[in-house]
Amino acid sequence: MVSLRALTVLALAAGLAVPAGAEPPKRVVSMNLCTDQLAMALAAPGQLISVSYIARDPRASAMVEEALRYPVNRGRAEEVYLLHPDLVLAGSFGGPAVAMLHRLGVPVVEVAPPTSLDEARKAIAQVGAALGRSEEAAAMIAAFDRELAELSRPVGPDVPTAATWGPNGYSVAGDTLAGDIMRRAGFSLVTDRLGMDTSGYVPLEVLVMAQPDLIVTGTPYPGNSRAEEVLDHPALDRLDGRVLRVPDALWTCALPRSLEALAMLSAEAEALR
Amino acid sequence: MRRDARLLVVLAALVAALALASLLTGPAGAGPRAGLQALWTGEGPLGIVLREIRAPRTVLAIMVGASLGLSGAALQGYLRNPLAEPGLIGISASAALGAVIAIQAGVSALALGVPFAALGGALGGVALILGLAGRRAGGLGLILGGIAVSALAGALTALVLNLSPNPFAAYDIMFWTMGSLADRSWGHVLTAAPLMLAGWLALARTGRDLDALSLGEEAAASMGVNLPRLRLAVVLGSAAAVGAATAVVGAIGFVGLVVPHLLRGAVGAMPSRLLPASGLGGAALVLAADVAVRMILPERDLKLGVMMALVGAPVFLHLIWRTQAGR
Repeated sequence: MVSLRALTVLALAAGLAVPAGAEPPKRVVSMNLCTDQLAMALAAPGQLISVSYIARDPRASAMVEEALRYPVNRGRAEEVYLLHPDLVLAGSFGGPAVAMLHRLGVPVVEVAPPTSLDEARKAIAQVGAALGRSEEAAAMIAAFDRELAELSRPVGPDVPTAATWGPNGYSVAGDTLAGDIMRRAGFSLVTDRLGMDTSGYVPLEVLVMAQPDLIVTGTPYPGNSRAEEVLDHPALDRLDGRVLRVPDALWTCALPRSLEALAMLSAEAEALR
Repeated sequence: MRRDARLLVVLAALVAALALASLLTGPAGAGPRAGLQALWTGEGPLGIVLREIRAPRTVLAIMVGASLGLSGAALQGYLRNPLAEPGLIGISASAALGAVIAIQAGVSALALGVPFAALGGALGGVALILGLAGRRAGGLGLILGGIAVSALAGALTALVLNLSPNPFAAYDIMFWTMGSLADRSWGHVLTAAPLMLAGWLALARTGRDLDALSLGEEAAASMGVNLPRLRLAVVLGSAAAVGAATAVVGAIGFVGLVVPHLLRGAVGAMPSRLLPASGLGGAALVLAADVAVRMILPERDLKLGVMMALVGAPVFLHLIWRTQAGR
């Protein structure tokens, strides 16, 4: 009996791996913000039956209006299972809920959150293939590539410097999507110059000493926190560098709309030349 | 008297030396000469670091330390108990609660409303303590009351911050309970200054009455001390000074306990002589602790409360032991 069930699971998994010719899934549940947005952009009408509740949060999601048209889930194994999905889209950090869905034999495709614009193309292709919408995905990637080529700026020796500056002085490094987008826009990252391989906290003094040409901040949360007070420190006003506010939702996930962030930054880089 | 003057000069020199160390300590590096030059000229990024980041931090450390030292000395003189201290008896924690409520209710963190809300919280804490333990409370009653008030205020602070729509507010619990001078600005100095000055003035004028009180209440009353007015001055003065300090740097414990304890031997048991010495001593202690947290973990924000507890807890235990043993 057990081996028979295992065989079914295997068969299902195999069916997913070969989407060409196979029946596309009809009841797709997405439980991750990034797959939510790609699925909403790529799915056939009626194919996607639920997205995560975060897709409706304007701070994190770039597709709030679209998300209002779908019922939301909170990523719990039980509720996802009861939706009877024939495909679940999850991020790579799904944790126990995804592990349980695997055990229950629900087909799950895990999409690693892209940390660069190149990986964004791969994620689009992966979600497109899982949905049986490879053609749409290919068209999206082609448009993405065209726009990317237009907006990217060459990286020379004398490029301006930029740093993101978040609560408590958190600044992203080159191994993140935001870092990659800033580089493509023609900036060199202050975190690189400080020898930081991964994102982390940069003391205010160190940021001031680095004198970035551009400081990129995000959307502040409502209500007050001391962690965010550092974003308004008067020392930053005394710096010569410009300050640009990029909505977090544009680069929380790698999306076609992430190119809007690239466009904003490219314009800044142009102005700094 | 001459000995007092000499002690005050020594303490003032210590404060000056530590202030210099505070100005020259930080993750931006730079040598002492470059640092002082940048402070003088204000030019370049180092000038910004010195003038906008380190200078307000240093000034605030002095102000906060003086407030806590003064309040500790005044409270101990008034309650005639060496364990009375704004942190231990819950004034700091309830001041933090007042400030947190105001800030989460929408008052800008740099508005004068925050120190006043902290004053309100501090007064609530004092009222509870005096109500719970009574004014002639022994050490045990005071400490127990302080534990209760601190626990309640700390829990309510955490609750308010957890209910905030801002996810980072919950991380601020550490700041409000342990205190930190990191990344403060001149705005914070200006926010705290008016109420703090008012508190200092009120406390500074209590010295002679507290001297008389050290002979006992009846003796003091016969010497013409207006006891209700003295109580008002000590309570309002401490609440204002500690409230304003807590509103901008969070609750910092043990300063008001350690400093009078260390200086009492040098000035004798006279509160009027202990008050100015404790003010300067508090400033020196907070400056030293703030330099230490930046030397231990320059890139991170190690909380001041950690250093203060390392110094303060042994002193506290020693005092309890002495009180229990009746020595």
